[in-house]
Amino acid sequence: MSGDKASLTLDGSCADQLMPMHLLIGNTGHIQSVGPTLARLRPKSELVGRRFLEVFEMRRPRRGMQDYSDLCSVAGQKMHLQFRDTPQTALKGMMTRLPDGGGLLINLSFGISLVQAVRQYGLSNSDFAATDLAIELLYLFEAKTAVMNEMHGLNARLQTARQAAEAQATTDALTGLNNRRAMDDLLSGLVENRASFGLMHLDLDYFKAVNDTFGHAAGDFVLQEASNILRQEVRENDTVARVGGDEFVLIFDRLVDEAKLMSIASRIVCRLEEPVRFQDQTCQISGSIGITTSQLYCLPDADRMQSDADHALYESKRRGRACATMAVPAV
Amino acid sequence: MYGLINRSIQCFICDTYGPDSWKTITGLAGLGFENFEAMMSYDDELTGAVLSGATSHLSKPTESILEDLGTYLASHPNLEGVRRLLRFGGDSFLEFLHSLDDMPGAARLAAPDLILPQLETRDHLGGVFTLYCRFPVPGSGHVMVGILRAMADDYGTLALLEHLGGNSGVETVKIQLLETQFAAGRSFQLSSAGPAA
Repeated sequence: MSGDKASLTLDGSCADQLMPMHLLIGNTGHIQSVGPTLARLRPKSELVGRRFLEVFEMRRPRRGMQDYSDLCSVAGQKMHLQFRDTPQTALKGMMTRLPDGGGLLINLSFGISLVQAVRQYGLSNSDFAATDLAIELLYLFEAKTAVMNEMHGLNARLQTARQAAEAQATTDALTGLNNRRAMDDLLSGLVENRASFGLMHLDLDYFKAVNDTFGHAAGDFVLQEASNILRQEVRENDTVARVGGDEFVLIFDRLVDEAKLMSIASRIVCRLEEPVRFQDQTCQISGSIGITTSQLYCLPDADRMQSDADHALYESKRRGRACATMAVPAV
Repeated sequence: MYGLINRSIQCFICDTYGPDSWKTITGLAGLGFENFEAMMSYDDELTGAVLSGATSHLSKPTESILEDLGTYLASHPNLEGVRRLLRFGGDSFLEFLHSLDDMPGAARLAAPDLILPQLETRDHLGGVFTLYCRFPVPGSGHVMVGILRAMADDYGTLALLEHLGGNSGVETVKIQLLETQFAAGRSFQLSSAGPAA
C-alpha cells in the first residue's frame, strides 16, 4: 500500500451500520456474509454460501457474467442487478476489491424501486443507513402525492365553477332561456358558416298591462309560462332566447320554408293567448311576430336580419297585434 | 399566506364544531367566501381575522384553539397524511424532536412556496428540550404544543409541554420527556399501503 493512503479495517457490525445492504464475496464467488437489510429481502440462509451470480442477475454494466473473474472485471463501476427469483427487486450498487485477494465488498441500494420495495418487504426507518436518502425520498413521494391530489381536486372545482359561470353568462336567470349574448353568438356563427335558418322576433302583447295590473310577480310568472310554451313549440336543435323584457328571438335550424314558419308562428300566438292563472288572477296576453330566413338574402348579415325581423314584427303590431308577418328585405 | 394553513383551520373548525360554526366564523371574519383553497395564496391578514372570529364565536382563548388545531393536524383520521409525514421524522419521539428543525425545509421540498414556522430544538440533556418557533403570525408555539402532544401520544411517550411565551416573533416551548415507553403508541409503516400480503 502506498504510504499516503490509510488502510481501513471494518468489523462486521460497523459494516452493518454503515452499509446495511452490503455483501462480502469470497474469491470463489460465493457470498460470505450479508448486511441486515439485505437479510430482510431474502433469509440469510438463502444468501450465505451461495454463488453471488446464482442469486443475482447482473443487468449492467454487462449481462451474461459467468464467474468470479467476470465479476471482478466490473469492480469500481456502477452496477444494476436484480434477484433471479421473484420478487426480482431492481438494485443498484458498487463493488470494490478487498486487499490481498480477500474477495469483494458490494454495497447495494434500491434506486427507483424504493417505494415498491418498502411496501413488499415492510421495511422501516431503521433498515436504512443514516446517510441514505431513502426516507427523504419516501417522504417526498407521499408529500408529492398529497399535493397532486389536492391539485386534482382544485382543478375539478375550478372546472365546475367555470362551467357554471359560462352557463350563467349565457342564460337568462328568470326563464332559463338563452340570453341576448348567447343568441348573438349563435347568430353570428350561423351567418359565418352560411347556414340556412329561420329567425323569428316575438314581442308579447299586453304584457305591460299584466305587470301594471297584477304586479311584477304575476309578470314574471307569465314570462315563465310563455318561455315554456316557446320551448315546447320548437324542435330540439332550435334556439329560444329572451333578448329583452318581453322580447324573444327564435332561431330555427335549417328551416327556411315560409309557410311552415308562418304556421309555427300562428300556433305560438294561439298558445300564448291561453289564459294564465296566477294566484286568484287570470292573465291574458298574446304575441306579435316578425319572421325572416337566411334564404331571403344573397349574403345574410346578422344585424340586417334582426332589423328586418324587427320591422316585420312592427308590421304585425300595426296590423292589430296577435299575428305574424314575413319580412320583405329591400333589394 | 399559503392557503394550506387557512384550509387547515377551516377543516379543523368544520370537523370539530360543524360547518355552521365555520359559516358563522367566516361571516365574523368578513371573508366574503366560505372555502379556502389549499393550493392558493391568501393575504396574511385573513388568518388573523379567521382566528379572532373563531375566538369570539367559540368563546375560547385563541391559544387553546391553536393548540387544539395542532392536535387535530397530527391526530385526526381525516389528516392521516399529515401524521404520516410527521412520523417520517424518526422511529422515536426523541428522533422526532431532533427532526423538527428540518420540518420547514422538508415541507418546502414538496411545496416550494409553503412557509412553515422556523423551528429550532435545543437538547438540554436529562430529557429536557426547548423549542423555538419563529413565524410571522403569532401563535405558532401553541400550534406546536398541540402537535407535540399528539405526536408524544402517537409514539407512546409521556411528555410535559409548556408554552413559555413569546418575544420578538419567537415563541418558546419547553418539553420534558418523562417516560419514552409509557404506552404502546400507534404503529407506523414506512409504506402507506403496508407490507404486501
